[in-house]
Amino acid sequence: MTAYLKLDHIDKSFARGSQVSDVLKDIRLTIDKGEFVSIIGHSGCGKSTLLNLIAGLTKVSAGAVLLEDKEVDSPGPERAVVFQNHSLLPWLTVYENINLAVTKVFGRSKSRAQRHEWIMRNLDLVQMAHAKDKRPAEISGGMKQRVGIARALAMEPKILLLDEPFGALDALTRAHLQDAVMDIHSRLGSTTVMITHDVDEAVLLSDRIVMMTNGPAATIGEVLPVPLARPRRRIELSSDRTFLRCREAVLKFLYERHRFVEAAE
Amino acid sequence: MSIQAIEDSKVKPFPAPAKPAEVIAFTARARRRFDPAAIAGKLASTLVPPVIVITIMLVVWQVACSSPTASLPPPSQVWNEAYDLIAHPFFDNGPQDIGLAWRVLISLQRVAVGFGLAAIVGVALGALVGQSIWAMRGLDPVFQILRTVPPLAWLPLSLAAFRDSSPSAIFVIFITSIWPIIINTAVGVRNIPEDYRNVARILRLNQFEFFVKIMVPAAAPYIFTGLRIGIGLSWLAIVAAEMLTGGVGIGFFIWDAWNSSRLPDIIVALAYIGVTGFCLDRLVAAVGVFVTRGTTAK
Repeated sequence: MTAYLKLDHIDKSFARGSQVSDVLKDIRLTIDKGEFVSIIGHSGCGKSTLLNLIAGLTKVSAGAVLLEDKEVDSPGPERAVVFQNHSLLPWLTVYENINLAVTKVFGRSKSRAQRHEWIMRNLDLVQMAHAKDKRPAEISGGMKQRVGIARALAMEPKILLLDEPFGALDALTRAHLQDAVMDIHSRLGSTTVMITHDVDEAVLLSDRIVMMTNGPAATIGEVLPVPLARPRRRIELSSDRTFLRCREAVLKFLYERHRFVEAAE
Repeated sequence: MSIQAIEDSKVKPFPAPAKPAEVIAFTARARRRFDPAAIAGKLASTLVPPVIVITIMLVVWQVACSSPTASLPPPSQVWNEAYDLIAHPFFDNGPQDIGLAWRVLISLQRVAVGFGLAAIVGVALGALVGQSIWAMRGLDPVFQILRTVPPLAWLPLSLAAFRDSSPSAIFVIFITSIWPIIINTAVGVRNIPEDYRNVARILRLNQFEFFVKIMVPAAAPYIFTGLRIGIGLSWLAIVAAEMLTGGVGIGFFIWDAWNSSRLPDIIVALAYIGVTGFCLDRLVAAVGVFVTRGTTAK
């Protein structure tokens, strides 16, 4: 069986003048259709770079990103990204922000009425239909992120890329959004790659957790499958021993074996 | 590494509280009523200070210019001798004898054409310079040198090129007002957040869609700053250009009045020019506020 998304021996280095710095080295990973994979690591280890490579926003130095056996070398709506700081266009309303994406992706294949219905369905999915005529400045940070997710889902992507989507939110809002993402994942079965630095979040949401070593020339240290049945409920899991053991494994990886050395940079 | 799933003894949930907490609804706040006294007070506080200052200025001027040897007319003389101009801005007694409002409108027409062209070309060039590093390296030094050339220095050249006064005046407006529009647009485009560009790339917006849907709205606050400076400069330039090219604009009227020693007429014309320039500035600012609402908010 061929993998849905395949990261095939990827290297990434940035050149600044004559100085070349290796960021990622020999990344090998396959992701199946419908899988939810988290990538976790200390800041500066190149997690976001890896996500940008999958999105096609930056180009690989060596190796290849293959989505359904086709090489990815430019960004496109079939790999929708939810950015950390939502990236909604502030001069457009919530509805218009999603409409921009929907018109571009489905402008030919769907009629106006179908597009409207599709936008509203995606807004309903993130429970934001009530705010469709508000501008991003008028809604809270968690709501903006919900709209960002709706915009990404509205592109009907083959793979959904989440770049620390809840990093800028407070803990309670974050929990709500994690539940929303779990709910959406179970309903749509969307293949998802999420960057995070939150261990609980990674264990709660993921089927597999990819742990990155520290940079420079970071690579995948370990991949931990999370054998927890879905649907998962955070309150029950907080005392579940499997959950705690997974959590412990990730923490051990991050804080014992690959302790973040701040003085290095 | 892998972890086996374990059958787990779950924690028991807390029993539900016997009685839910009581919900107390807030009463709606009383709505502020229309208050004429407050509005009148606000109006007075904005109007009274400038009225007092203008009155003092007029009195000082009157006293200073009342002696028979004074070279400039006092306000009372301006009022008496130029009463026709002040009271009837829209009279029309033939080709060279028309009210000041007509003259201002004719000048405004030229400004509209010159400034309109400058806005279109300026935003396009500014977008190019802001977007492309090579366009910036090539064009920026040229812009920086040309923008320091005073408006009237362009006039002989444009008269030679167009061989007519009206297009020459329009060209001077154009060349005067285009620089701040180009420079501000370029800064605005350069400051478009990387995230908006990434959104555009993921959506595969083409160049035109990117320009219309992302670049112009994102850079709008900067563009309008440029337009506002530009309209001020073009109003400065038109008066000077018309003094030299003739015709029926407000600038030529001042030159004509000077040649026939009608000083009070000049003073009235100055007031017209000042008020019109102020209105133009406020008009562009208001359009800017209307168009960019929401853009600057994060």
